[in-house]
Amino acid sequence: MKFRVERDVLAEAVTWVARGVPARPSVPVLAGILINADAEGSITLSAFDYEVSARITVPADVQDAGTVLVLGRLLSDISRNLPAKPVEFSTSGNKVDVTCGSSRFSLMQMPEGDFPTLPTAPEASGTIDGGAFTQAVAQVAIAADRGDTLPILTGVRVEIDGDKMTLLATDRYRLAMRELHWNPAATDANQVLLVPGRTLLDTAKSLGTTGSIDLAFGGAAGGDGLVGFEAGQRRSTTRLLDGEYPKVSSIFPTSSETEVVLATAELVEAVKRVALVAERNTPVRLKFGEGQVTIEAGTGDDAQASEAVEATLTGPDLEIAFNPHFLLDGLGAVGTAYTRISFTQPSRPAVLSGQDEADGDADTSYRYVLMPVRFAS
Amino acid sequence: MSRRQFALPQRSGDGPPDDTGCTILHVDMDAFYASASLLARPDLVGTPVIIGAARGRGVVLSATYEARRFGVTSAMPMSRAQRLCPQATVLPPDHELYSRMSSAVMEIFRSVTPVLEPLSLDEAFLDVSGAIRRLGPPATIGQLIRDTVHDEQRVTCSVGVAPSKFVAKLASGLAKPDGMVIVPVDEVVPFVQQLPVGALWGVGERTEEALLRLGLRTVADIAHTPLTTLTRALGDVGGRHLHDLSWGRDPRGVEQEQRERSIGSDETFAHDLDDPALIHRHLLALSERTASRVRKAGLAGRTISIKVRFADFTTITRSRTLREPTDVSREIYETAVGLYDALGLQRARIRLVGVRMDKLLPVEQAPIQARLDEPDHGWRDADRAIDRASARFGSGAVRPASLIPREQSSSRPPGDLS
Repeated sequence: MKFRVERDVLAEAVTWVARGVPARPSVPVLAGILINADAEGSITLSAFDYEVSARITVPADVQDAGTVLVLGRLLSDISRNLPAKPVEFSTSGNKVDVTCGSSRFSLMQMPEGDFPTLPTAPEASGTIDGGAFTQAVAQVAIAADRGDTLPILTGVRVEIDGDKMTLLATDRYRLAMRELHWNPAATDANQVLLVPGRTLLDTAKSLGTTGSIDLAFGGAAGGDGLVGFEAGQRRSTTRLLDGEYPKVSSIFPTSSETEVVLATAELVEAVKRVALVAERNTPVRLKFGEGQVTIEAGTGDDAQASEAVEATLTGPDLEIAFNPHFLLDGLGAVGTAYTRISFTQPSRPAVLSGQDEADGDADTSYRYVLMPVRFAS
Repeated sequence: MSRRQFALPQRSGDGPPDDTGCTILHVDMDAFYASASLLARPDLVGTPVIIGAARGRGVVLSATYEARRFGVTSAMPMSRAQRLCPQATVLPPDHELYSRMSSAVMEIFRSVTPVLEPLSLDEAFLDVSGAIRRLGPPATIGQLIRDTVHDEQRVTCSVGVAPSKFVAKLASGLAKPDGMVIVPVDEVVPFVQQLPVGALWGVGERTEEALLRLGLRTVADIAHTPLTTLTRALGDVGGRHLHDLSWGRDPRGVEQEQRERSIGSDETFAHDLDDPALIHRHLLALSERTASRVRKAGLAGRTISIKVRFADFTTITRSRTLREPTDVSREIYETAVGLYDALGLQRARIRLVGVRMDKLLPVEQAPIQARLDEPDHGWRDADRAIDRASARFGSGAVRPASLIPREQSSSRPPGDLS
């Protein structure tokens, strides 16, 4: 095997594929990236850890076709640090020589025959705008559980109903839901997928916000337990989570007593400042009334802070406490200049949604439901 | 109660001890549980009496001085104590009596000074510097406390009067029983330095061994050993600490009403157990007990740990820190069982299990991040209701069904779960 590839092309390709290289491989061969040089003038890089697979095809000047398997982490480190010159790969014996300008690397070949076959290239079940998808995933994935108490909650629930797609995640303290449209191949598409949250976020970000993304699931993804993503030459599959996602429809409050509209950035700044004195696990307290919200944190024995932010209030005054990180996550995710927060009672969940104008209507395509912090009595 | 008794060292000064500047008092009740239990049994006064469960594998909680003369000490296995002193009367403990008397005694202390640091039910440090103008010099205050405690509660206590906590504690130990020892400021160093190393606070068997290996027998030996030698043998903190103590330096002040840092309870089984279902049931009982004590103290905790002692006395502890502080019996039990099951024991024979909560803080400072899916009334409310029922009808009035003792005819009694 022998080929020559541009350094930037190589680095980008390796970065994409390295997502599929496990940090602690269960079998040594999974630590590798498979490089396949095609005589037609392209190379394909693949990685697979039985959970996530990643593959990319990029143009290269191929002299001799062939396949090698090299250590992924090493290849990724090397390709990021090479000078901006064409990179040449060639095999000699059981080594792979990598030459770029005057720097040379000699990598051990791994037994490529032992490398598992990647799930077959999925056939698209539909497409979605890359920008919209990436934003939606980022908005929802923040609420996915990071712990290990309930593995199912580490996933993002993706519900497909015709051209409607609903993303949802919760860690039982907050819940984020985003509704958006996509272009299904079949109008009667109907499916619920549980995609591991971190992988989904990572994949959506890496696929890029430009262009459209092909989604494949069910039979089209080469098996029921898989979801496939494809954008340009980048392809990835992810194993879905198994199990029943808890029923969440009853969590959304059906009515609200108090509604508040605030400038998102102002509130974020104020909460960040006040939260500096909130010790681990202690809340910030929000008092709504008289055209403003007063944010306070800290207790009598320790440092205290308070700050007021203008707010448009409808309904009775209210005092409520939140975990500052959870509140900031939600405020960061609405992505609009103004945020509307609806409350019923200080002990019941609040709902955050975004709106573009101070006196406009809320855009309920994204909702972030946050449970308050209360004090034992 | 000190581990060992040391002889009262020779005083270096002449005349009555000068108590100027000796503002720290350590008051220790004499054989508290035993003395308290004897109030109801005057016929046993002057005879050896041991407090503890007579049957099974319990330990000695307390013993009268008559029994101690035979070598009985607290925390000794009951079987051993009874072998040492077969003629002793064994009385079951009456914890309610002890805690009632303890609060009365603490109330006496509090009438002397609010700067009070209770160490346990039966001992406390007092800083009397603020009470001198009102009540007289420290020695007078010490005597006043001794008299009041005896008059009101009919039990005796011993008092150590010294310029620092550590010396006061040593002094009260030497004053026992029913005495008072004053260590004047300028006698602290000779007083401390003539003691054996084992008398120092923080020197247990291990440290004592290490010191004896270095040829250090008395506190004076430690005092005249280069600090570097001590830190090499005992670690940086330990070495420095001992060196300070050996010169009578103890900067710690009396910490008022120190709140409890951990609450827990253990249970030694009457017979070693290997049935996971039975062990779970004991963990449930211990969790309930721990949780109710945590709630009674108005606290909540984040770290839950279990202790497991196997038949061969190897003991392990495992702990998990929760995301939120809790005082809910159910959560404590579930965490404890999770920790136990994670040990993956295959029918190992177990002698003792314990459940403990750490990182306690007052419940009003314990914010609870509520869950979206929790019911309006959950286990927390159930616990509150059980506490109210227990307050009215006695503890155990409402308890998990699995903890209701089976019929006497049951072929396999679940053991004492009260």
